[in-house]
Amino acid sequence: MAHGPAKGLSRWLYSTNHKDIGTLYLWFSFVMFIVGGSFAMIIRAELFQPGLQLVQPDFFNQMTTMHGLVMIFGAIMPAFVGLANWMLPLMIGAPDMALPRMNNWSFWLLPFSFVILGSTLFMEGGAPNFGWTAYAPLSTTYGPPSTTFFIFAVHVMGASSIMGAINIVVTVLNMRAPGMTMMKMPLFAWTWLITAFLLIAVMPVLAGVVTMMLMDIHFGTSFFHAAGGGDPVLFQHAFWFFGHPEVYIIILPAFGVVSQIIPTFARKPLFGYSSMVYATAAIAFLSFVVWAHHMYTVGMPVAGEMYFMLATMLIAVPTGVKVFNWVATMFRGSITLETPMLFCIAFIVLFTTGGFSGVMLSLAPSDFQYHDSYFVVAHFHYVMVAGAVFSMSAAVYYWLPKWSGRMYSEVMGKTHFWVSFIGFNLTFFPQHFVGLAGMPRRIPDYNMIFADWNMVSSIGAFIYGLSQLLFLFNVIHTLVAGKNIDDPKVWEGAQGLEWTVPTPAPYHTFTRPPQVS
Amino acid sequence: MTENTQTQPRLVAMLMALALAMFAFAVWGLPPLYTLMCDVLNINTRTSAEAYQAEAVVVDPNRRVTVKFIAINNEGMRWEFQPNDTTLSVTPGVISETAFYAKNPTSEIMIGQAIPSVLPPSAASYFHKTECFCFNQQRLAAGKSVNMPLRFIVDSKLPAEIQTITLTYSLFDTTKSPGVIITDAPDSITQ
Repeated sequence: MAHGPAKGLSRWLYSTNHKDIGTLYLWFSFVMFIVGGSFAMIIRAELFQPGLQLVQPDFFNQMTTMHGLVMIFGAIMPAFVGLANWMLPLMIGAPDMALPRMNNWSFWLLPFSFVILGSTLFMEGGAPNFGWTAYAPLSTTYGPPSTTFFIFAVHVMGASSIMGAINIVVTVLNMRAPGMTMMKMPLFAWTWLITAFLLIAVMPVLAGVVTMMLMDIHFGTSFFHAAGGGDPVLFQHAFWFFGHPEVYIIILPAFGVVSQIIPTFARKPLFGYSSMVYATAAIAFLSFVVWAHHMYTVGMPVAGEMYFMLATMLIAVPTGVKVFNWVATMFRGSITLETPMLFCIAFIVLFTTGGFSGVMLSLAPSDFQYHDSYFVVAHFHYVMVAGAVFSMSAAVYYWLPKWSGRMYSEVMGKTHFWVSFIGFNLTFFPQHFVGLAGMPRRIPDYNMIFADWNMVSSIGAFIYGLSQLLFLFNVIHTLVAGKNIDDPKVWEGAQGLEWTVPTPAPYHTFTRPPQVS
Repeated sequence: MTENTQTQPRLVAMLMALALAMFAFAVWGLPPLYTLMCDVLNINTRTSAEAYQAEAVVVDPNRRVTVKFIAINNEGMRWEFQPNDTTLSVTPGVISETAFYAKNPTSEIMIGQAIPSVLPPSAASYFHKTECFCFNQQRLAAGKSVNMPLRFIVDSKLPAEIQTITLTYSLFDTTKSPGVIITDAPDSITQ
């Protein structure tokens, strides 16, 4: 062992250790998760009853915008980058990430980016209020003055994501232990490798889109300005060319996590490993050619709608392969239902539900009714929250004993699971109903006929919100008072290199590469 | 350790180059590509920015097409702007003429630019203008008004199922940015 961690604050500020940086990412994303969650609580509190009770429409719009931005760029993406930092070197037998100094930089850009974004809430004219999609001209001609800060915040967080992604690609391609061929890698490494390529390909497109916004606002160009010969519809195409791969950036690492955890608790190897790899690659490829299904109502020719509809429905095939493989892994396994496994099973059920509503939305003729309704909100929360957040919770319970050397309380973990499972479904399932009945999204007030289900939804949201505080309590309780364990395997059925290092994982691991047979 | 110190810098450089290339593609590639696709797929509601050269065609005197005219002031434009005719019944292949009225009620010299849009989009390529105020920017002195002529031909090849064409002009205030050229037409400023 060369040396341990530095003392005090400098350990975190100057750290180039993948475990420390992973920890920073995870805590940062949890803080952002709570911040973004509080915005959601304000939204649901306002929607508890029809009429305007708590906030003004403009502030409500700021909340929906900031909720989306903070959750996507602040909570989910950094959470999975943190997980990649912690686990990828352990899983592939590398001593650290390939580019440790860049790793430090890409983390420390994030707090600055979100301070810039958060500061807009206190500016004259308020925070961005045009939705996370920032459609022009709503964001360019009619946006608040703080839009410029939003643009720079997106630039900085984009730079952070790109650097994190480059680091992951180089680590996975260059630093695998001897004998670990590509097709022997854990699936989490595979899904992250593909995710990292998606990030490198589309985060610059987002940077380009917001740069064009900046030019339109301040430098007299007319990319999206009809008066100058531009076209607002171009914004939507460019944005969703980034935006659709982005949703797979969010979900693919979650697929990887679930593919690690289910075999452990089913005590069977993952069913159809190679088909999982190919399905992931197929999803990633398809994500580049389906973007306009987010904008069926924009006035495309019928041929365009047909193409985007069919291409979108095609995604259900590789996704179906994945769901089939997870179920087949569990089939006739010796299943035990520890907390991580509960979250993974819930992930499969709820993500598939979200996938079904996704197939409904992919149908261009019916999408004209669902477009911009609460049905869309229900759909993407089923795939994002039940997809990304549930799998992230599963990952934390699964690997926390390895990270900390302490076991969480199974009773508390299961309580967290059931409270959040019930809260989640109570929140988002009724939104299918109000959406199909015609309730539009992003509004602070609504017709009386939607009142009952909205109240149910709000009650569910408060339950779900509180369950995350239970999550925080569980993690802290484990770190402080959890039962000490020193079994390297932690879980009886666990497979993989990360379970060969001592528990808790020492500061430096695999300084000599392991031999993979 | 398999860390390959030989290929690592090259791999990093390639990935960074990919990121930069995608940024360049977004800013310099997407907008022209978008315009090109709209033109190729014929899904633009924009009409040609250049005067149409009339050609001899066989005219079906029995066929009539309704053309509706709409004038809209863009956000912040203070001119009075309206069509002299809201509806014309025209014969495809024959030149028709109408005019739009504009008045600058303010106390400053202002420059305006009208942007045409044709609905349904499938009719846009069959709507030809031989003379249009939208080819140029309009300069109006304080309190002055003008009748701006429009001469157009609805192509006799217009698909039979289209019986109504709506032509909308959005008038933009370009006083502060007269250098912004909105159409491909020469930006000579008419008085």
